[in-house]
Amino acid sequence: MADHGRHQTRNTTLRGLVPAIFFGVTMLSGTAGAARAEDPEKLFKPCMTCHEIGAGAKHKVGPHLDGLFGRKAGSLDDFRYSAGMRAAGEAGLVWTVETLSDYLERPRDFIKGNRMSFRGMADPKDRHALVNWLETATRQAPAADPVIGETSGDGGVHGFADIVLQIEGDPEYGEYLAGECVTCHQASGHADGIPSIVGLPKDYFVRSLFEYRSNVRSNEVMKLRVANLNNEEIAALAAYFSSLDPQ
Amino acid sequence: MTRLTRRQFGLFTGASAAALSLPTYLRAQDKPRVVVIGGGAGGATAARYIAKDSDGGIDVTLIDDAEMFTTCFFSNLYVGGLRSFESITHSYDTLQSSYGITKVTGRAASVDREKKMVMMADGSSIPYDRLVVSPGIDLIWDSVGGYSEELSTIAPHAWKAGEQTKILKAKLDAIENGQQILMVAPPNPYRCPPGPYERASMMAHVLKSKGLTDSKVIILDPKPKFSKQGVFQEGWEKHYPGMIEWYGPDVHGGIDGINVEAGTVETDLDTFQGALLNIIPAQKAGTIAASAGLTDDSGFCPIQPDSMRSTVDDAVFVIGDACIAGDMPKSGFSANSQAKVAAMAVRGDLIGSKVFPAKFANTCWSLIETDDSIKVGAQYAPGDGKIASTQGFISQMDEENALRKANFEESVGWYAGITADMFG
Repeated sequence: MADHGRHQTRNTTLRGLVPAIFFGVTMLSGTAGAARAEDPEKLFKPCMTCHEIGAGAKHKVGPHLDGLFGRKAGSLDDFRYSAGMRAAGEAGLVWTVETLSDYLERPRDFIKGNRMSFRGMADPKDRHALVNWLETATRQAPAADPVIGETSGDGGVHGFADIVLQIEGDPEYGEYLAGECVTCHQASGHADGIPSIVGLPKDYFVRSLFEYRSNVRSNEVMKLRVANLNNEEIAALAAYFSSLDPQ
Repeated sequence: MTRLTRRQFGLFTGASAAALSLPTYLRAQDKPRVVVIGGGAGGATAARYIAKDSDGGIDVTLIDDAEMFTTCFFSNLYVGGLRSFESITHSYDTLQSSYGITKVTGRAASVDREKKMVMMADGSSIPYDRLVVSPGIDLIWDSVGGYSEELSTIAPHAWKAGEQTKILKAKLDAIENGQQILMVAPPNPYRCPPGPYERASMMAHVLKSKGLTDSKVIILDPKPKFSKQGVFQEGWEKHYPGMIEWYGPDVHGGIDGINVEAGTVETDLDTFQGALLNIIPAQKAGTIAASAGLTDDSGFCPIQPDSMRSTVDDAVFVIGDACIAGDMPKSGFSANSQAKVAAMAVRGDLIGSKVFPAKFANTCWSLIETDDSIKVGAQYAPGDGKIASTQGFISQMDEENALRKANFEESVGWYAGITADMFG
């Protein structure tokens, strides 16, 4: 509970400097037809909420996974990792078929203080299938610019989310409004069953909220909260949360 | 570096550190002073937000008579054996060490609103510029004939978490197959509307998991209906067939009184017999609210819906179960939400911070059986002279197991979130 004594500073200058080029989001389509328990694409589906793979993959709530295998944990410069994940990498953790499988069994136990909102995959057969599939699926070179831009790539306005992204949000108002969010989404960035929203890129934050409006996302609590936010308020919240670093 | 970190850094190195070394009466003069009575979901949140967002510019004192705080929310999960007592008990250490809040452990006996002083039971007094009153509820013992505070060690109410909750659990764990549990539910308005029915569920969970399926939980209710009734009763039918019986006034005809020694509850319909009596009486605002002259005839405190400011005193704010919050239920979530509106208004009063329009929210999760959690929630805003509901949702009958399980995981995340938001 009282882990807000854990303070970390970190250099985030890179993030602001990288220009946004792409917005094209590559999503893997779910497998058609009945899927076996070990069907790796089906197993990957829950991961896709936060992680992209494939050509042009971007960071979302979690980092893109291209080129994952053989990489030091927590080592992409342009993604804001938790202190726990960075420390694990510094201590020598490198992602391999074995380490990833161990991690996915119980992520929160394997790396204390990491922010991945996933309880774990208990069945070793499932982990084996997923990790082996990922080893091939993540093989392509990472995107040139994995940071999600503030607006869509061609600069045009395509929908409500883009309209909100044109608004300069007031972070002070956002901080007040955030009082409602942090009752569940911890201000420290820790996740104990409810995902962290600290440090989310503006674009991702805004689009996610609009997905509650359009019923792409279905959580009743969130749908209700979003229904009561106007565009200025969403912009203010995006400005506030994107300005925070996870502890 | 996060904003919070900068603030805490300031707290340790700036004016506060120097001020802390001064005697109280000197320290109190150089900054505006806020006193918060009650260290629960309302009071702890208000104290933390006022301290955190004023960059050390406001002197905050938090009064609660307990050293550690046990939350009422999730205490039913302890009763059901699904949480430890330690996991629902929290310390005020971080509020003191990282936010510079002064925690006074003692009982506030009265308030001299003329002199702006809180008078403590031990004879000391604490001055304030703004007072936040968040004492929760007190029980109206004689609302159930034959019940009293003394008898609550035999027939626990467990409607304030702590020793009472432990007594209830010990008595529940001693039930033998075939013995009955009687719960007398409270009349409106009361703390945690779905609470009695979640508790009945958790009691049945314990009985069922020990194979005591000839035992029963009988709820004698003064109300004709209750929160999330349809979904609760569907869940009881599914998980605990024949083990939970609910009687409203049109069946029992009226609860006439209890006999704790004999283990009986007398109603117009019949005399019920139980090995465990869980008596939850009618409720009013915590005693200090009435003695400070902040309550009306209802026993609760009227407030201005845009700020949580008392309608009888501009220097006083009342939040949580003790206030009349319009359409909002009395819940930890509501108290936490109201605390943030009050904290903003207090900062606006004392250091000229920007005051934004009030917004309120509530969600209540209730656990029926392992991985089967239901929820109800709403948004609120000032309107028609009260805090009015603008939109809401409630769990439906016949929902998928996966959704109910997701609800439970969400509630666990919420518990971690709100307690971090209260205690730092």
